[in-house]
Amino acid sequence: MLNQIMQSRLRGVMLLGLILIFLPAFFANPFHYELAIQVGIVAATVVGLNLLVGFAGQISLGHAGFFGLGAYFSGIATGTYGWSSIPALVAGAIAVGVVAWIVGRPILRLKGHYLSMATLAVGFIIAIILENERALTGGPDGMSVPPLEVFGWQLSTFGRYSLFGLEISGVQAWYMVAGVLLVIATWFALNIIESPIGRALRSLKGSEVAAGVVGVNTTKYKSLVFVVSAVYASIMGGIYAHFQGFITPDLASFDFSIVLITMVVIGGMGSTFGVILGAVVIELLPQALADFQELEMAMFGLILMVTMIFMPKGLLPTLNSVVPNITRKKAAEVRHDSTG
Amino acid sequence: MTALVEVKGLDKVFGGVHAVEDVNFSVEAGKVYSVIGPNGAGKTTLLNLITGLYTPTKGEIRLGDESTARLTSNQLAERGMCRTFQHMQVCMNMTAIENVMLGLHLRFNSGLLATLFRLPSMRRNEALARERAAQLMDYVGCGDYLASEASAMSYGALKRLELARALAVDPKVILLDEPAAGLNATETAALEELIRKIAEQGVTVILVEHDMKLVMGISDQLLVLNYGRVLAEGTPEQISQNPDVIAAYLGG
Amino acid sequence: MFSEFLQYLFTGTTIGATYALIALGFTLIYNASHVINFAQGEFVMIGGMTTVALTGMGMPMIVAVVLAVILASVLGLALQRLAIAPAKQADVVTLIIITIGASIFIRGIAQVVWGKEYHSMPNFSATQSLEVFGAVLNSQSLWVFGIGAVLVVALVLFFTKTLSGKAILATSMNKEAARLVGIRTQVVLMLAFMVSAFLGSVAGIVVAPITFTSYDIGIILGLKGFVAAAIGGLGSGVGAIVGGLALGIVEAMAAGYISSDYKDAVAFSMILLVLFFMPRGLFGAKVVERV
Repeated sequence: MLNQIMQSRLRGVMLLGLILIFLPAFFANPFHYELAIQVGIVAATVVGLNLLVGFAGQISLGHAGFFGLGAYFSGIATGTYGWSSIPALVAGAIAVGVVAWIVGRPILRLKGHYLSMATLAVGFIIAIILENERALTGGPDGMSVPPLEVFGWQLSTFGRYSLFGLEISGVQAWYMVAGVLLVIATWFALNIIESPIGRALRSLKGSEVAAGVVGVNTTKYKSLVFVVSAVYASIMGGIYAHFQGFITPDLASFDFSIVLITMVVIGGMGSTFGVILGAVVIELLPQALADFQELEMAMFGLILMVTMIFMPKGLLPTLNSVVPNITRKKAAEVRHDSTG
Repeated sequence: MTALVEVKGLDKVFGGVHAVEDVNFSVEAGKVYSVIGPNGAGKTTLLNLITGLYTPTKGEIRLGDESTARLTSNQLAERGMCRTFQHMQVCMNMTAIENVMLGLHLRFNSGLLATLFRLPSMRRNEALARERAAQLMDYVGCGDYLASEASAMSYGALKRLELARALAVDPKVILLDEPAAGLNATETAALEELIRKIAEQGVTVILVEHDMKLVMGISDQLLVLNYGRVLAEGTPEQISQNPDVIAAYLGG
Repeated sequence: MFSEFLQYLFTGTTIGATYALIALGFTLIYNASHVINFAQGEFVMIGGMTTVALTGMGMPMIVAVVLAVILASVLGLALQRLAIAPAKQADVVTLIIITIGASIFIRGIAQVVWGKEYHSMPNFSATQSLEVFGAVLNSQSLWVFGIGAVLVVALVLFFTKTLSGKAILATSMNKEAARLVGIRTQVVLMLAFMVSAFLGSVAGIVVAPITFTSYDIGIILGLKGFVAAAIGGLGSGVGAIVGGLALGIVEAMAAGYISSDYKDAVAFSMILLVLFFMPRGLFGAKVVERV
């Protein structure tokens, strides 16, 4: 039994890795790479958010706040104070984790719509601070961020690098970074879910009362998953800042929070591979709709609405129930989809 | 014998209404202690108070030599108290065995780092937990559902699953809220057998139940509640002959 | 000193009254269906923008207002029928995303029809403003208070005197019981969405001369309405009104005495503060969890 789950989890991550390796075969130009990198970074963020929303059942409408905080921490630490990238990412993750822990304790007592209201408020406050502390953040105009520096390399999208004698471009190098991070993020998330901690988290959604009477400290686990998902967002925010080279307070905006949670819900709450699919769909949809020009926004809303009405469980879980047994490796995934 | 659970002067008021009023009793270790009474008598409220889901308006609850009225339900679980629910609280987003493994949370937990990297210590713990959970499912008689989703189980099987989860906590005292509700005669007989087995292993049982045959058969001591107050307390024989109880039940 | 305070108070109560109307819309839908309608702000936008567009085409103000309100109410009905009703068993979060999808859709259409520009609307009265103890009171504020008050009285009468109103109340208290006594709960839901859209569009129309209007004004006004409803306690009508006024006044005071950059931050901190101490808002029902 245990072996079986181990294998299915391994198989899922391996499949993801394989897709990421062969995907560039379809890329025609650097823009495709950039799009893929962007999708990868955001996908890793929603894999973290899914732990909170999909598995633990706690709504967050302010998660972009933590993404933005992470981005600005990296941007300010490396750009203004000359830190190197990795220590900045780590320190940013710790700082954002502490912030999430402090605000999480009181607001996670709230339930349902009140929790969504409170998280929305936290996100807004972060965005407003980033917008108005001009001396530090550059205000609404944003700030530029130096390239990612790993082991002495300055990783710029415009650069050229040689790896094991292979000549690669900047976007290709970045694609590798984003791909590796997405695989790690997924791997960690799957490990958390298939563990005592993961069961405790899922029980918060399944029955908080039951969780309590068997000894799960529900307050502690809510805080834990809130912090973990915030740390995911912070690190990916920092990475994103280095990738774009320029950040604005929009990264922390309510709009982006909504984008993130939409990815989780449309992909399939509680399905790690589902939410990655959700990120892909939501990031690429505007590209596909570009032909509609001024109707793009209306089309986006319509598609979102119709998808959620007809597939309330999200894309991947619905696909899985329509075509059972085809995607065996996701069997373990689907089991976590809540019915409630 | 010493009292394992002791309730003194317990009051719970909801918006001016006394759901439980001045209730006193004590349960000796290793006994089956039942709480009966008409609908709305305050039985479930009493259970919710004892298990930390509600905070008493007044009064004291003791578990062993500790006052527990202010403890949360998870702190009570750490002290060896667990329960089942009248309206089942099974996590439908998990498999059957995972629900029971959830009950082993306190015994086989792993740290965040061990979890993230899936260290051998964590994997060993998981294997042990899974094995223990499977034993418990066999013990309560839902061994057929080892590979099932919780959402695919029948009502009776879910009730037994909840019991297995409560036993997983390895409780000193287990509180059962109407375990026989909705079960047929055969299932009830099996349940009676099971409760007897649990009690024989030294686990104290506090039982809220409407099925009089079951209650009279297995209880060592009975408490009768009516309108939130204690109407009578005694052995099954004493209770069945108590005129107040007969009047209350026959609608006197 | 006092005139300054009075000035902020005027500004705050005016915008607060608007928030209160929007919050009442949230409350109504929440009571009938336990859905938080994130498209509520779009009704506000539809009200203002339709009125501006129709008067721009030369239509008399009053006709434009009536048509705008009708359009918004029909939209409310359509939202319930086409988006909410088909998603019966959906999760809370899923419903949030559906209403957000609806709001993006409506906004997208509005952007195509009316463009992205800001539009202004003249005050309802020829007199632009009055002076009260040294503070300037915009004449439109009086319209906001007046119409707000009339609507609140009308709502109270609707809920206490009419069968439809009582049916909505009954459904919000216990849907199953309401169904059992013969209330057609689907009709009640449609009614709730319509009345809610009506309230939102009126708010959008009366406030338009003060704030300007544009295709995307619904986002922030809708959110403020949600904040007001949550401060008051979801489901409480009195709470929505108190929450709306309190939010408007706090914002205006924060903008005046602290910094207009941080006025929204103050508003959002206020909701956090309220929820820390009262997890169900000021007037939210205390519920005992049944297990």
